Amino acid sequence: MSSGRNIYEQQTYNKRLTLLVMALFVFFLAVLGWGFDLYFSGGLSDDGWIPIGTLAAVTIGFGSSLWSLHRGAKAVLQSSGALPLDPSNPQHKQLLNIVEEMKIASGLPMPQVYVIPDDDPNAFATGKDPDHSAIAVTQGLLDSLSRDELQAVLAHEMSHIRNYDVRLMTVVAALVGAVVLLADWARRAMFYGNRGNTRRSRNGKGGNQLAILLLALWLLAMVLAPILSRLMAMAVSRRREYLADASAAELTRNPMALASALRKLEHATAPTASIKHGTAHLCIVDPLGRRLNVKEGFVAELFGTHPPIEKRIMALQAMAYQRQHATTSA
Amino acid sequence: MTLLIVVLVVGLLVIGWVIAKYNSLIKLRNQTINGWKQIDVQLKRRHDLIPNLVNVVKGQMEFERETLERVIQARNNALTAQGVADAADKETMLTAALTKLFALVENYPTLRSNENVKQLQEELTSTENKLSFARQFYNDIATTFNTAQQTFPANMIVSMFRFQPAELFEISVTAEREVPSVDLSLKKSS
Repeated sequence: MSSGRNIYEQQTYNKRLTLLVMALFVFFLAVLGWGFDLYFSGGLSDDGWIPIGTLAAVTIGFGSSLWSLHRGAKAVLQSSGALPLDPSNPQHKQLLNIVEEMKIASGLPMPQVYVIPDDDPNAFATGKDPDHSAIAVTQGLLDSLSRDELQAVLAHEMSHIRNYDVRLMTVVAALVGAVVLLADWARRAMFYGNRGNTRRSRNGKGGNQLAILLLALWLLAMVLAPILSRLMAMAVSRRREYLADASAAELTRNPMALASALRKLEHATAPTASIKHGTAHLCIVDPLGRRLNVKEGFVAELFGTHPPIEKRIMALQAMAYQRQHATTSA
Repeated sequence: MTLLIVVLVVGLLVIGWVIAKYNSLIKLRNQTINGWKQIDVQLKRRHDLIPNLVNVVKGQMEFERETLERVIQARNNALTAQGVADAADKETMLTAALTKLFALVENYPTLRSNENVKQLQEELTSTENKLSFARQFYNDIATTFNTAQQTFPANMIVSMFRFQPAELFEISVTAEREVPSVDLSLKKSS
């Protein structure tokens, strides 16, 4: 479960992990570009030869890494169809009030708040750092939770922001999106190449080989994207959820509100349609309605993005018990 | 010669320490003041909202004149509060009066479903929550500030620069006790 990191260690850890993810992404693209160069020039020994593929790939890698860090949050919000709040709607006003409460409790700057017009209850936070962050909740969440439960969920999201979980998660989401985009490009280029455009192949090996290369690239990216997102989510999500649950209970001083919110979310296991595969690990409960996250055991531990809700509720109940115990004995 | 250097070095170290300590105390004091300002913002907001609420419910709640008057009285009292401890006391009284009013509103279906009342109630609930979170934050930072002043050897320079310990915003026990007894008796009837 948790390895006993405090908030500051968690922040440092997340910042480092984000850098590592971006570095790995650049490295992965560089290898692809290098392979491309090797294939078309037959080796590195040529004098005056410029590794154009490698250079282009590294540039794209750096570019998309920086893009994912600075613009990733916007992309994630856009892809989930999040809309800004309507100040005349009392439900939205209440949401804003509760976020303000959590802002005061956590001592963080005010995040932007969005609502996703979706009936399934869910919520996520995204952003680069606490100064540039956003929280989005679905309409279903506003409809189904009580004020206290909503406060608990928002405290959970606020903790993700404070711990810099959002930075890592957003970069992962945006880069997975970039890989999917890359796969798409490769696929288009492949069909384009199939139409007989062979001029680009330097040593006259012909369009077929170019097509095969692009096919390989496309297959690689297609296979890699989900695995990448899965591995990332697995490495990043489970422990974070427990930590954010604990911090949320600390902020609201009301662990049972989060427990009952999670209970309600658990029973609404219908998939959240507006949340895409690549952003699943950002949400408070798995939006894809996968049964894996309800289960326990090795495979679930390895591939689920979220810990079993039952386990989270148990941890919160334990906190509530300790709290009660501490106040009565004091 | 060596002695002179040793004395000089020790003297510089001490001066350096005093400067660092002084700066850290100033930083804490500013954070404490800032924490208090956050409480103050919420208190003002609350004082502004209460007359609105009373005006909206007044017509319907003729029979509860006493409760309404107590809320107004508590609010006016709170306006005159001097210092942290006094404010804490008076605000706690106000919270108790408000809680009773909210409980009574539940008995009036027309008020309960009134959009205006609902909105004011949400605003006051939120202000109340913000107040309690701001209080936690303020008390935490004020305690840190006080501890920093009292620990050795910092306590030797505290009087030199006239630092004052910060008052905590604490809820008095008597006012706290009043609330649940009111709550219980009224929930049955609704």
